[in-house]
Amino acid sequence: MKMTVLKSAIAGLALVASGAMAEGGFEINGEVSITTHAPTPDYLDGALPELISGWEFRSADTQAMQLDDFDNPGMLAVEAAMVAWDEVEGTAEKSCASCHGSAEESMVGIRAVYPKWNETAGEVRTLAMQINNCRTEQMGADAWKYDGADMSGMEALISVQSRGMPVNVAIDGPVAATWEQGREMYYTRYGQLELSCANCHEQNYDNNIRADHLSQGQINGFPAYRLKTAGLVQTHNRFKGCIRDTRAETFSPGSAEFVALELYVASRGNGLSVEAPSVRP
Amino acid sequence: MKLTRRDSILLAMGASAAAMVPFTANAAVEDLINAFTGGAAVGDAGITLIAPEIAENGNTVPVEVDAPGAVAIMLLATGNPTPSVATFNFGPLAGSQSASTRIRLSKTQNVTAIAKMADGSFAQASSEVKVTIGGCGG
Amino acid sequence: MADNVTPRVRVPRDAAAGESIVIKTLISHPMESGQRKDGDGNLIPRSIINRFTCEFNGQSVVDVTLEPAISTNPYFEFQSLVPESGTFTFTWYDDDGSVYTDTKDIAVS
Repeated sequence: MKMTVLKSAIAGLALVASGAMAEGGFEINGEVSITTHAPTPDYLDGALPELISGWEFRSADTQAMQLDDFDNPGMLAVEAAMVAWDEVEGTAEKSCASCHGSAEESMVGIRAVYPKWNETAGEVRTLAMQINNCRTEQMGADAWKYDGADMSGMEALISVQSRGMPVNVAIDGPVAATWEQGREMYYTRYGQLELSCANCHEQNYDNNIRADHLSQGQINGFPAYRLKTAGLVQTHNRFKGCIRDTRAETFSPGSAEFVALELYVASRGNGLSVEAPSVRP
Repeated sequence: MKLTRRDSILLAMGASAAAMVPFTANAAVEDLINAFTGGAAVGDAGITLIAPEIAENGNTVPVEVDAPGAVAIMLLATGNPTPSVATFNFGPLAGSQSASTRIRLSKTQNVTAIAKMADGSFAQASSEVKVTIGGCGG
Repeated sequence: MADNVTPRVRVPRDAAAGESIVIKTLISHPMESGQRKDGDGNLIPRSIINRFTCEFNGQSVVDVTLEPAISTNPYFEFQSLVPESGTFTFTWYDDDGSVYTDTKDIAVS
C-alpha cells in the first residue's frame, strides 16, 4: 500500500477510508508467517470491519525492514536482552535462566496472552509488571524502570518467542472490570484537542492526520523499533505520546490507567499475529 | 491589485520554486563535488541511485548506489547542514560497485551520488526525497 | 565513548569459486552527530564510526568513509568476489579511537 502525497491529502480531506485492503501478511526470515488481517471479534460490535496490523500502514521501505531480522534494528535490543537473561543479579543470586531455562522454550506463547490476570496478586499484570515482579520477588534485584531500555529489550526478547502466534488476551472473568475501564478510556476524549483513541484509530484509520498515516493503533508489534528515536518504544510510551498529542496531562507508563488501556487495546488485536519487535517510523 | 485564490497559489508556487535554486546549488555541496572530481566534467550515465520518493522518517532513509566499473562513489545529502554522507571505495574484490546503507535527512531535499570511474571520468545521479514530518511524536 | 558496541555480519557459509556474494553488516552505535543539544542546551560532542572496511584474505572489498549523516546502528550491504576459501575481516573505526573487528570464514568449492 503506497500512497502519494496527493492521494493522502485527498483522503485526509474527504475523511473517507481509501479503499479496501486485501487480506494478507508477510514472512519474517522466510519462515515465520505473520497475519496482518483478522476478523473483528464479536465484543467490538462491528466497530472495525476487520483488524489490520500497523505494518500494512507503513511504506514499502519500512515494511521491508521487518522481513529479515538482520535488517530489523530492534533485534539488537533482543540480542542484548539475551545476555541479560543469563545474568545473575540480586540477593537470591539468580538469573532469568535459573528459573526459566532457555527463553526460546519457556517463553513461547507468553507475549500472546499478556496482559493477564495474576491470581496470587489479585491484579491484571502487563509483561513489564511480571518481569519486575520476578526481579524483586524471585531474584531480590532492583526493579527496572518501567519504560527503560532494559525492560523494553526484555519484553522484545520474550515477544520474539511468540512471533506468528495469534494475540489471545482474555477479557472476561476476573479481568472484566479492568477491560471495561480500558474500554471507557478508549472512547473518552482527552486534552485541549478533545480526541479519544477512537477518533483517530477507529473512525479515521487509513486517513492522514497531517503527514501521519493513521493505523488502527494495534499493539501486536510492540515494543516497536521506532526510526524516529532509533530505539524500542513500549506500548505505554506510545499511549503517553498519543495522549500528550491531544494536549492533555498524560498518565505515566506503568500506571493503573495504562494497564487497563493496554488490556483493552490488546484485545482489539485478538487474532492478529504477535509481531514484536516491529519497525515503525 | 486584487488577488484571486488561484493567483495566490501560483505566486506561492513561484516563490517556492525560486527558493529551490540556492538549495540545490549551495557552496558546500559544490566544494565537496569539486574536491572529489578535481573540477572535471560530470556526466550522468552509468550510475543509479535508488532512494525513496517519500521517507516516513528522515532519521533512517534507505539508499542504494550502483555504478558498474566505479572505483569510488560519494554520497551527498545536499540539504543537510553538513552535506557529506559517505564515500565508498571499491577494492579489487568488490563483487559489484554497489552498496546500500541508511542515512539521515534533515528535510526534503536532493540526495546525490557521484561515481569516479576507472578511466577517471565522473558520473552523477540525484533523487529527491520528501521527508515527512508527522504530527504524532511519541 | 559508546557503550555496548556490537558488530554483526552476515556472510554465506559457502560459495562457488568466482561467485559474487551478498554481505550485510550492522553495528550497534548511536552515531552521535555533534549537531544535537542536551537538556541544558549544550552541544553533545560528535562520536561516530568514521570508517568501515571489509577485506578478504588481506585484499580490499570495500573501504567506506562515514559521516554523521549515517543513521544510528550503521548498516551496509554490498557484494564480494570469493576467488578461494578464506576469511573476511570486517573493521569499524570509532572517533574515540576504538576499533571493532569481526571475521567470517567461507568455504569455496
